[in-house]
Amino acid sequence: MSDVLETPASVTARSLRRSGRSPMPLRVEGLTLTLEGTLVLNDIDLALADDGVTAILGPNGAGKSLLLRCLHGLVTPTRGTILWHHEGRDHAPDLAIRKAQALVAQKPVLLRRSVLANLKFVAGLRRPRPSTDDLMQALREVRLEHLARQNARTLSGGEQQRLALARALLHDPRVLLLDEPSANLDPASTLLIETAIRAARAAGTKVLLITHDMAQARRLADDVVFLHKGRIVEHTSAAAFFDRPSSAEAEAYVKGDILL
Amino acid sequence: MQDFAQSFLLAGGLILEADPALVEIVLLSLQVTLSALLASALIGLPLGALLAVTRFPGRRALVVLTNALMGLPPVVVGLLVYMMLSNAGPLGVLRLLYTPTAMVIAQTILITPILIALTRQVINDLDQEYAETFRSLGVPAPTAIAALLWDGRFSLVTVLLAGFGRAVAEVGAVMIVGGNINHVTRVMTTAIALETSRGDLALALALGLILLTLALAVNALTSLINAPARMSGNVRRA
Ligand SMILES: Nc1ncnc2c1ncn2[C@@H]1O[C@H](COP(=O)(O)OP(=O)(O)O)[C@@H](O)[C@H]1O
Ligand SMILES: [Mg+2]
Repeated sequence: MSDVLETPASVTARSLRRSGRSPMPLRVEGLTLTLEGTLVLNDIDLALADDGVTAILGPNGAGKSLLLRCLHGLVTPTRGTILWHHEGRDHAPDLAIRKAQALVAQKPVLLRRSVLANLKFVAGLRRPRPSTDDLMQALREVRLEHLARQNARTLSGGEQQRLALARALLHDPRVLLLDEPSANLDPASTLLIETAIRAARAAGTKVLLITHDMAQARRLADDVVFLHKGRIVEHTSAAAFFDRPSSAEAEAYVKGDILL
Repeated sequence: MQDFAQSFLLAGGLILEADPALVEIVLLSLQVTLSALLASALIGLPLGALLAVTRFPGRRALVVLTNALMGLPPVVVGLLVYMMLSNAGPLGVLRLLYTPTAMVIAQTILITPILIALTRQVINDLDQEYAETFRSLGVPAPTAIAALLWDGRFSLVTVLLAGFGRAVAEVGAVMIVGGNINHVTRVMTTAIALETSRGDLALALALGLILLTLALAVNALTSLINAPARMSGNVRRA
């Protein structure tokens, strides 16, 4: 057992730690959100398996970020139900759900501390508490170890995003919610993030991925949720979505036409 | 005019030779004000932070109240503390009137609302930024408050400096409850008032110069602390 844990691939270690955890499928019914009189999410029904990568696609303003934040319990819907099945029962997105998940926001908020101190803060919330060596390993995985002592707020946009991802993975989440995680990243960093997503997926973590990068969605997604003007227009397997989208909006979006 | 220049020379002399009477007064001032600042900080920082992050009925009213109390006239504070501590007052048995402790109490009452209100402002701003991340991470409230106080520490030091500046320069309240007794409760401000009225401009001026230097130092320190905080805190992300 200890031999296996010593393997350099942290992926293996993670998947071992995760084995035996309960699955966490999602069921959403009639989710509606009105903000300042505008209907931003409109009667959303959605069922997601507890594994694999689900890509959430759609033009700017479609409601992708708000949907993710509702699912994570950061925004309370105006109407409808969100149920995560977790440890034997259905939960609305409550504290227990949030703690079993990790969100990397579109604009991650980092603490006004050093890069390492940002991870230490999250480590302090976990039992057992990860050691400083664990934290340095986590930084190495997103290639930020050389910046460990730097103030996190002075990192570049892409570096901040990588630190936010390291913070989320430290969490060892059951569900990983990623809001345009590679929007600011160069190709090398994008590859790094995609590797991390694949590793998480292989370890049994459910991934919800918002992206505008069609090629990335093709590379990573198992299924696709296509959102347009606050409605789910389509939810199918990735293969079906990219080869023969059933809606005109999705077809136009995949082809690169501009959706209004 | 001759007198005027003479006073400045004498004042400079007092400062340079560290006149014992002068030093005694300055040290007592610092002792009283730093004690009051410590007491206010222990009350004001946690209370201000709590007001910033918790939501409860009556919170709004409390915020308005502390903001209003920021403008407490010092002589009124002096009067109230006097009434509490005088022989006939509820705390008369403690025999604190005309002691440095009485002055510490008066200054504490005077600056605690300032510390609460300014701390609430600082922590509230930071909380707006951190709240959703903390919620997502499932950070318990005490940990969140501690983190906000720690990450706001540079701004909070300037809050403390503001409290110090207000307390050390205050004259009305400490005059009433301290009584300006030589060697016992005579501090910089009350000494300046007394010596000026007695015509001993040299001592008054010397103390005035020290008080002025303190105020300038507090200001300089405040901008020094704020400058790097601005640099690292609010740079726009790419
Ligand atoms: N707090 C808010 N108040 C009002 N409208 C909002 C608010 N937040 C977002 N919206 C609107 O909701 C819509 C969906 O936003 P969002 O989920 O961020 O879109 P995206 O799909 O690009 O992530 C947008 O039109 C946005 O302007
Ligand atoms: Mg978005």
